[in-house]
Amino acid sequence: MPDALSYTAPEAKVIRGAVSDWELVIGLEVHAQVSSQAKLFSGASTRFGAEPNANVSFVDCAMPGMLPVLNEYCVEQAVRTGLGLKAQINLVSAFDRKNYFYPDLPQGYQISQLYHPIVGEGEVIVDMAPGIARRVRIERIHMEQDAGKSIHDMDPRLSFVDLNRTGVCLMEIVSRPDIRGPEEAAAYVGKLRRIMRYLGTCDGNMQNGSLRADVNVSVCRPGAYERYRETGDASALGTRCEIKNMNSMRFIQQAIEHEARRQIAILEDGGAVDQETRLYDPDKGETRPMRSKEEAHDYRYFPDPDLLPLEIEQGWVDDIRAGLPELPDAKKARFVTEIGLSEYDAGVLTAEVEAADYFEQAARGRDGKQVANWVINDLFGRLAKDGLEITASPVSPAQLGGIIDLIAGGEISGKIAKALFEIVYTEGGDPAEIVAARNMRQVTDTGAIAAAVEQVIAENPAQAEKARQNPKLAGWFVGQVMKATGGKANPKAVNELVRGKLGL
Amino acid sequence: MAEANRLTIADARDRLRARDISAVELTETCLNAIGDAGALGAFVHQTPEIALEQAKAADARLAGGDAPAMCGIPLGVKDLFCTRGVPSQAASRILEGFRPDYESTVTRNLWDAGAVMLGKLNMDEFAMGSSNETSCYGPAVNPWRRAGDETGLTPGGSSGGSAAAVAADLCLGATGTDTGGSIRQPAAFTGITGIKPTYGRCSRWGIVAFASSLDQAGALTKSVRDAAIMLEAMCGHDPKDSTSADLPVPCFEAALDGDIRGRKIGIPRQYRMDGMPEEIERLWATGAEMMRDAGAKVVDISLPHTGYALPAYYVIAPAEASANLARYDGVRYGHRAALAEGEGIGDLYEKTRAEGFGPEVRRRVMIGAYVLSAGFYDAYYNRARKVRALIARDFEAAFADGVEAILTPTTPSAAFGLGEMQNADPVRMYLNDVFTVTVNLAGLPAVSVPAGLDGAGLPLGLQLIGRPWNEGALLNAAHVLEKATGFVSKPARWW
Repeated sequence: MPDALSYTAPEAKVIRGAVSDWELVIGLEVHAQVSSQAKLFSGASTRFGAEPNANVSFVDCAMPGMLPVLNEYCVEQAVRTGLGLKAQINLVSAFDRKNYFYPDLPQGYQISQLYHPIVGEGEVIVDMAPGIARRVRIERIHMEQDAGKSIHDMDPRLSFVDLNRTGVCLMEIVSRPDIRGPEEAAAYVGKLRRIMRYLGTCDGNMQNGSLRADVNVSVCRPGAYERYRETGDASALGTRCEIKNMNSMRFIQQAIEHEARRQIAILEDGGAVDQETRLYDPDKGETRPMRSKEEAHDYRYFPDPDLLPLEIEQGWVDDIRAGLPELPDAKKARFVTEIGLSEYDAGVLTAEVEAADYFEQAARGRDGKQVANWVINDLFGRLAKDGLEITASPVSPAQLGGIIDLIAGGEISGKIAKALFEIVYTEGGDPAEIVAARNMRQVTDTGAIAAAVEQVIAENPAQAEKARQNPKLAGWFVGQVMKATGGKANPKAVNELVRGKLGL
Repeated sequence: MAEANRLTIADARDRLRARDISAVELTETCLNAIGDAGALGAFVHQTPEIALEQAKAADARLAGGDAPAMCGIPLGVKDLFCTRGVPSQAASRILEGFRPDYESTVTRNLWDAGAVMLGKLNMDEFAMGSSNETSCYGPAVNPWRRAGDETGLTPGGSSGGSAAAVAADLCLGATGTDTGGSIRQPAAFTGITGIKPTYGRCSRWGIVAFASSLDQAGALTKSVRDAAIMLEAMCGHDPKDSTSADLPVPCFEAALDGDIRGRKIGIPRQYRMDGMPEEIERLWATGAEMMRDAGAKVVDISLPHTGYALPAYYVIAPAEASANLARYDGVRYGHRAALAEGEGIGDLYEKTRAEGFGPEVRRRVMIGAYVLSAGFYDAYYNRARKVRALIARDFEAAFADGVEAILTPTTPSAAFGLGEMQNADPVRMYLNDVFTVTVNLAGLPAVSVPAGLDGAGLPLGLQLIGRPWNEGALLNAAHVLEKATGFVSKPARWW
């Protein structure tokens, strides 16, 4: 079975400038917080939402003489993530110090992996539409410490610092400049998020800052990018700007759009783009420089002498690989090729691993397409109305399966099934028992239906006469009979009987 | 018992175990000696309450009959070690008022073994210096003086307070740290024994970091036997230090059998320097002779990259220090500069660090930042790392040839006068480390043993460098040298 479906690449986005057409070239550095109980080097808790400075050890606040000790669990998550992105795992990696002063960086340096990252080249398939996807090359993933939080707006004269996040393990996932539009960039972040949530290595919560992105944007004339890909010569591309610390897919798209237009305006005006770091202001809808050139940092990276090179064994990596779950691309491909779902439906169902799991449980031994329709149309719609996640669904996969079984067995009509679903959703209970207890079973007893038909015809002689003249009007009788039987009569049987009794 | 403070650790141990003397008595004698020795500037913070409490507990343990060797032994602790609730400021103004809520692993090990803390000892600021003159407390003073000369001399550095305290019998032993010679040079200048073990033997956890890949704790004592006893209690694997070796600690004292017959002792020809005082040259030759007389095979060896060691050291150590000292920023603890209205975080950093760090520390932080900066990294830092690897390989080759220990002078001179180097090129001060830095670069164990007096009556030391993880054999060779030199001189008391 294929690991992924086959795709063609999407068209690069083209922006029409005043003078000519422009294309975008985008690369991302995504910072994903590793889902771990303890920080990367200190053992302090990583719990989100704790009181300020509650999750701070002597190591985190850089007391004299404190030393980092690597958290093995975090290493495992980085390796898992690397394997999930089909990347090369480096059995020897090393930690470096990135030196700069800031109050939320107590050590005065961030421990990172510049020279020897733990994960090398990989690839992400970014699905844009059925049959269309961008293959984005991953350059590397390295582990590093997060910084704390500086709070400048609580006091007119003082800044406050919360070190709870200081030292939490981040994975920095660096892409090649393979992304060609704002939508692709957002979809790329979404795909990384999906893969990591499947792997359980990052919860992907952008609001809490578990997933943030620095976006590198440049613009070029059509054709330049292809030259770069052929030759590997990045000078074919334009000068890039880095937009820092974006924590929403919407802002990523907006910021890229604005930044691209800003650069195009400069270039078409005969100017040159400065390579610099910028921040996106969503209120004003613009990017602005983060710091002046005089403040540009020289990070003075060097190997951290407190930590030995990290050596892992191939056997350990193989064990991790063997324990990987089925990932979104493979699951989607299987839903399409084995269950026969449309690529669109398979994509919807595999967007969240919990939804995919729900679907698979409900679909076990049943018609997958029918189950997919129920999950996507009825269940997702109903959950969305209440703002609930699939994990909080009041209807379990077994219950939904039970409803579908009742339809398949001819015991209830599709219409009754919708009502039954609402009952199960709001009140709970076993669908079959509810149908029995509330007398919702479809009436297939032709004797009983025939009696009801005869009664309706007898009560409406004028209508019956018209119907004999114009058979199209027989439907009116069918509706009346359905009404009379509380919707439980088998509509097909009613139809046949009405036509028979009217002599049509 | 009068003058119990003059005992060696080994003798005190025996007397304590025999209940010939109590730990409390021994501790009180040391506290009195410290009280009388203010002129030495060795102790910068005394902890008599802690000492007496620990001594009482030691006596109880000794009465129980199974006390470890260090039980009841009063020690001084270099100010670089964080000691819980006790000022620990690396002799720097920037750590003014800092009392850690934790205890360094090495001192924790010592207290667990029953040792007694008398107080904190003077040192060069952040262990950067070779004369103890960069201390924010002012220098410690060498108990030794030149014959007929009252000039105050340096006890060496950076563990100058430790050396002065042990040489003046203010304590039975002291902890030190050695990044480029900071235990061995002061030991040589004060006529005592100083050992720096293999890098990774002692945990660095809780020791204020200078240069992480070079820093190693060790002991300054009155004899080689004492060094063996004390070191054994200090070291051991510590999961809190990723560079700490997970190896068993053998009984170092048991290795002191005094037998080095047939063992190869190497004499590295590259350590013979131009302009080296003849006395040092002679001392070295005599030392080699003594080893030969004890039955060792003394052989000439080559350590070809020795000449590059000092420059490499003065790139690597400042580079690491520039990052290690970044945490002293006035934000969380220690000194914080007062700011004027309108000044911001940049001003806080600049003022705090300018006020808190002395000139030598500032110089090294700047050198470190420079050698790591974009465009210079390869020329300096990376080149120095390569040199370091070559130096380590030199030693490996010598050891592969069957050399068990390498004999060199510890320092190129005897103790010099305080203030003498004040206006000298800093490189002249750095030259003090010329025989000792190679050992740190290669991570090897080494010991300095007092071997004689110079013409002015000042002690001189010889250094023995050992194989990694083989401190026992190294100490045994030192023990042989110690016996052969028969060095028993003590400074005449003037303080």
